[in-house]
Amino acid sequence: MSNASGTGNKKNPVGNFFSVLGNGIKDIGVTFVSGDWKTKISYLVMGFGQIMRGQFLRGGMYLAVELLFIWFVTSFGGQYFAKLGTLGIVETTKKNRTTVYGDNSFLILLFGLLTVFFIIFLIVLWYMNIRDNKKQEEILKSGKTLPGNKADFLSLFDSNFDKTLLALPVAGVFAFTVLPIVFMICVAFTNYDATHQAPTKLFTWVGFENFRNLFSFGTGGFGSTFLSVLVWTLIWALLATFIDYFLGIAVAMLINKKGIKFKKFWRTCLVMTIAVPQFVSLLYVSKMFDSAGIINGTLMKLGIIQNAIPFWTDPTLAKITIVVVNIWIGIPYLMLMATGLLMNIPADLYESAKIDGATPWQMFRHITMPYMLFVTGPYLLTSYTGNLNNFNVIYLLTGGGPKSMTYTGGAGGTDLLVTWLYKMTINDTDYKMAAVIGIMVFVVTAVISLVVYQMLPSVKDEEGFQ
Amino acid sequence: MANKQGSMKRNRAISNFFAYLALVIIVIIWLFPFVGLVLGSFRSYDSAVEYGGIVDYVIPKHFSLDNYRFVLSGQTNYIRWYINTVVIAFFVAALQTIIVLCVSYALSRMRFTGRTALMRFWLVLGMFPGFLTMICLYFLLKEMGLTQAGAIPGLILVSVASSGMGYYVCKGYFDTIPKALDEAARIDGASRARVFFTMTIPMSKPIIIYTALVAFMAPWNDYVFASYIAFGHDASYNVAVSMYRWMNTGDYQGYFTRFCAGGVLVAIPVTLLFMFLQKYYVEGVTGGAVKG
Repeated sequence: MSNASGTGNKKNPVGNFFSVLGNGIKDIGVTFVSGDWKTKISYLVMGFGQIMRGQFLRGGMYLAVELLFIWFVTSFGGQYFAKLGTLGIVETTKKNRTTVYGDNSFLILLFGLLTVFFIIFLIVLWYMNIRDNKKQEEILKSGKTLPGNKADFLSLFDSNFDKTLLALPVAGVFAFTVLPIVFMICVAFTNYDATHQAPTKLFTWVGFENFRNLFSFGTGGFGSTFLSVLVWTLIWALLATFIDYFLGIAVAMLINKKGIKFKKFWRTCLVMTIAVPQFVSLLYVSKMFDSAGIINGTLMKLGIIQNAIPFWTDPTLAKITIVVVNIWIGIPYLMLMATGLLMNIPADLYESAKIDGATPWQMFRHITMPYMLFVTGPYLLTSYTGNLNNFNVIYLLTGGGPKSMTYTGGAGGTDLLVTWLYKMTINDTDYKMAAVIGIMVFVVTAVISLVVYQMLPSVKDEEGFQ
Repeated sequence: MANKQGSMKRNRAISNFFAYLALVIIVIIWLFPFVGLVLGSFRSYDSAVEYGGIVDYVIPKHFSLDNYRFVLSGQTNYIRWYINTVVIAFFVAALQTIIVLCVSYALSRMRFTGRTALMRFWLVLGMFPGFLTMICLYFLLKEMGLTQAGAIPGLILVSVASSGMGYYVCKGYFDTIPKALDEAARIDGASRARVFFTMTIPMSKPIIIYTALVAFMAPWNDYVFASYIAFGHDASYNVAVSMYRWMNTGDYQGYFTRFCAGGVLVAIPVTLLFMFLQKYYVEGVTGGAVKG
């Protein structure tokens, strides 16, 4: 507790956290010593002080949460929480043809974590309860009266409206995003895979073994496959983002060009690729490039090629084809966006450049591009990280194929980290390695986001183009 | 001087000619798959007449409505799949919009402890790949009885539950509404809730339509999660899951034209809706791009 006051550096988030924690603990102690008996009982029975002071609604809520928590832990969560250290030791056995179920490691981990979260939640609420008691005492001491129950309730629609608005969304994100993510991070440190499937088999903690496996380059290790897939993922995202970006701007400028008529018509034709659900259009397009498909068929009929071009079965060609098809998907988005932004460029910039005798190319290089890059910097970053995880395009076009002989873990020639993760989950049920890959995706995304974000011109220099 | 102007005019005409040429080529490339899809849907799958699989020509030799008759006939669950998808899309669009509006208003207008911490935390959460949590979500839903036969409400629940994290564009829009308006109303005695319902929401029509439109279109493409949750239960499939099989599973050879017909039926309403609301979509995309 004393370590908290030592960290005085306010800018250090860790130090900050400990100083807040330290102050909180100090607060708890001081309030207990100086508080009246109502406050003291509230340390054990949450909401007691509030109820005694007439705030039944508020106090009742605290009390209800505490009772609910006790009921949850004793009747449900506690048994799982207790086994969290081993993830269960009682094997499922068969006795006279009837299965006697033992521990279910999956549920132990899931509900054990849930209990941990509830305990943290209760501690926070307990602290809020103490603070509330302290505040009430102070208000009463200064001679004022506490707001009535009705005013307390109505504040949920006024000064405390944020709590009303955010309660449900935050709870939803917690249950369906935070809990599952923490669960999967834990799975990365277990041996949960096809041979350790709950409920028939147990799985348990193995420490960093899976991460070691990911970076082991021997036979059967994931090292070389992981590196190849990672490199392709990074290159793919780079190509998909920037080729689409420049071509999209080019098309937007083409349509914006003076003297071009039916601007709306051209735009609407391109926007079709956004409007039609991708699973329809991409599956159709993938069959266009099939060995018996329209493109190969036409080329053969024209006598340009003798044998079908292996668009999807040759790893290198498949990668190129994916990038090309992705241009077809990506340009319309960029075109829409660039159209709006290009109109925002101050016209007098072009006027004065023209007077100075600049060529169209020079104007493009020195006015249009810098402006667009400045304004769309954050977009390029999110688009890059989005493409790192661009599941639909890869999966609908190639399914991650063609299959590879040299890759481990079922990875194919065009697999991104995410499609590989998906395959491991579905085909191999190798959950532990899927979880490890998922964490690696997070690390890659986070590192790129942080590094690039610092370099963005619009972050470094907010006034740059105003 | 006159000569120079004449040559400039000629230059402009030539460059416009090439621009038109480029645009025509682009449009042909862009529309070709859709034309092929529609034409393919009219090709017969009756083996006595024509092959229903993948062929190397676009224009069918015999036009027929066989494929449409097939998908609508009840030989498969197509109509059921279609209704499933519409139901999911409708509920997801409605509920997701409500949640996004609530979160955006709270984050844009109110200042409370933990506000920036919450935003940062959600940003970090968003960096985890969505499929990572698939197994866990499956078992969570299974505990609630929302898989296989109950996959439709399960899918809606999962899509809606985490939608609070997608507040960026909407919050960006709210940030542009002057705060002075809120403050004036609050001085007149209106509560936060009243300001939200009677002032902010009516002023946010474009962003509401954008949010709902994007949310409505996503379920039509949802293959991964839908196939995992509904696994093996044909009647709970959506169109993407069920028709993916027709294209990529060996048992369904010759289903290509049927896929085209089913795809056209899916694409028509969604495309019309999108084209109709395109203006709002463009506003949302452009606004979102600049703010990042």
